[in-house]
Amino acid sequence: MKTDEPKTPRREFLETCGKSIPRWVLFFATIRAGTLLAAEEPEVYDPKQHDYAMGIDIHKCIGCGRCVNACKIENKVPEEPYYFRTWVERYVIPAEGEAQVDSPNGGRDGFPELKTEPDMLRTFFVPKLCNQCANPPCVQVCPVGATFATQDGVVLIDESYCVGCRYCIQACPYGARYLHPVKKVADKCTFCYHRIRKGLLPACVEVCPTQARVFGEAGHRSSPLRRFLRFNDVTVLKPSLNTDPKVYYAGANREVR
Amino acid sequence: MGMFLAEIAPELHKITGYIYPNEYELHWGILIVLYPYLTGLVAGAFILASLERVFNVKVLQPVYRLSLLTALSFLIVAPWPLVAHLGHPERSFEMFLTPHTQSAMAMFGFVYAWYLMVILLLEIWFDYRKEFVIWSRERKGLSKFIYKILSLGTNDISERALRFDEKVGRAITIIGIPSAFLLHGYVGFIFGSVKANPWWSSVLMPIVFLFSAIVSGMAMVLLIYMISTMFRLKNINMGCINKLSELLLYAMIVDFSLEILDFIQRLYEAEESINILSQMISNRLFISLIVTQIILGTLVPMASIVWARFGKVPDEMRRMLYFVAAILVQVGIFSTRWNVVVGGQLFSKSLRGLTVYKTEIMGLEGLLMSGALLATPFVILYIITKFLPPWSKTETQISTQ
Repeated sequence: MKTDEPKTPRREFLETCGKSIPRWVLFFATIRAGTLLAAEEPEVYDPKQHDYAMGIDIHKCIGCGRCVNACKIENKVPEEPYYFRTWVERYVIPAEGEAQVDSPNGGRDGFPELKTEPDMLRTFFVPKLCNQCANPPCVQVCPVGATFATQDGVVLIDESYCVGCRYCIQACPYGARYLHPVKKVADKCTFCYHRIRKGLLPACVEVCPTQARVFGEAGHRSSPLRRFLRFNDVTVLKPSLNTDPKVYYAGANREVR
Repeated sequence: MGMFLAEIAPELHKITGYIYPNEYELHWGILIVLYPYLTGLVAGAFILASLERVFNVKVLQPVYRLSLLTALSFLIVAPWPLVAHLGHPERSFEMFLTPHTQSAMAMFGFVYAWYLMVILLLEIWFDYRKEFVIWSRERKGLSKFIYKILSLGTNDISERALRFDEKVGRAITIIGIPSAFLLHGYVGFIFGSVKANPWWSSVLMPIVFLFSAIVSGMAMVLLIYMISTMFRLKNINMGCINKLSELLLYAMIVDFSLEILDFIQRLYEAEESINILSQMISNRLFISLIVTQIILGTLVPMASIVWARFGKVPDEMRRMLYFVAAILVQVGIFSTRWNVVVGGQLFSKSLRGLTVYKTEIMGLEGLLMSGALLATPFVILYIITKFLPPWSKTETQISTQ
């Protein structure tokens, strides 16, 4: 029989394990607290940390109209073809003469085929929406302050406050606003504010099959929008009006307005 | 909504070129045409009254009180079309409670309240105070009671008190002139400051609005004076209407020159919008701009006033010419308002197409409603003159032989 044996490795092992328990507890507690804190974070939304903007690559738009359809459904935009938060225009540039533009039903059902014209220079599609201007004329003219710019850079309308005077519709140079026929208040694109606050993409961006629409934060280095702005020559609509739009177009020709 | 769709559907084929899809609905219709028309009459009538008071144009004395009451009657009705046009009229009071100070429109309520309460009502009250006191003593029954209330308890009609009335009235008029300028110049600014709209956006807009307001107000008082005098079987004071027509002519010359200046400036600068605006003038606004506003509403009345005032014509004929001129001026100024408000929405902001506006007969935005709104100030004026007769004491009865 073995006597006076030194402590067995097993016993030593168990003792060591026992001694380390408090350290393990501390370790898991720290991790747990860490995950708790991390989980807490998205719930505290700080609008000052965001500055949303959109990029539109005209070369990529195929005029399928899925964005228009998604917007109508997501935002419950009235079905009639006279109310749009976003729409798509088709430009046909002849070799000579004026550009021809159309947008049947806002481009929602795509576009009828063009009769081939031999002297056609080029054609392209231009998605339009509220430009979420940094210097918005609509906000300036609203008599009661029902339309306002948020800290994260979106122009919104308080539909419980709007008096329906339509001055903002007159002041918008882009035709982005309409009077909601049932609610009798001004209405327009919100960048799907209810979605982007949760970290989701606007409906039109989500469904675009060619990634012609890029959404993101102009101020974040890693955002896809930043990349879009870096690698494209971009312009905005009607720059002479000094509205400072936050919808940037890549490949927009001089005919676009 | 059904109304709008039913209205626009048969008109769709008349749309030419490309308009943004949200532009099918035309937003400011005939009610918003009435608004600058009515406030213009207010400002014009008041400025006419001030001429007599401040600048001592004594020959206009027979229309002094009438102008003030005309201004009041039209001012009472002026905000009605605005409120009726709102999507949520029940929220209109928010403009007073939580005004957005950067908004040109938000300030209208304050300018309006200032003008109605501080200027017009005070001036009329001080001007009539002596009569209120006298009538509250002489009349009997309900009439006595009403004048007692209108006199607000004042009783002193001594020489000194009346001199005070006169002094205060004059001071109010002096403040009133810039206020009248503010009231209508400001309405012009509501349109002139919209940079998105090349037809509206013009620094001249408030000034053009102001002078057209003076023109319309003078012509309206001339009309009301002639008609009311006729119905009361009194002689029209020829000195008064000669002077009034002459002033009307001068105001028209200034107004027309400003509009021509604006027109030439646009044509000469030939900005991006020039093509679509010229298309609009020659297609959509030809009747209301070239025919009604310029030819019938400006050139013809100017010619007839020149003829009547400076030509050798009998008084009967002179009155006739003044009368016709004053009516044509009303038609012309109404067209001016129409061409600004509706014209500014007939072209697309894409500058690629023209749309249409179809006036309805029935409904809130209809012709019947507008007719009723236009008639209301006259009814109000009729009632006011029953209590505050503005007629001059020196009037003579038409001899009936």
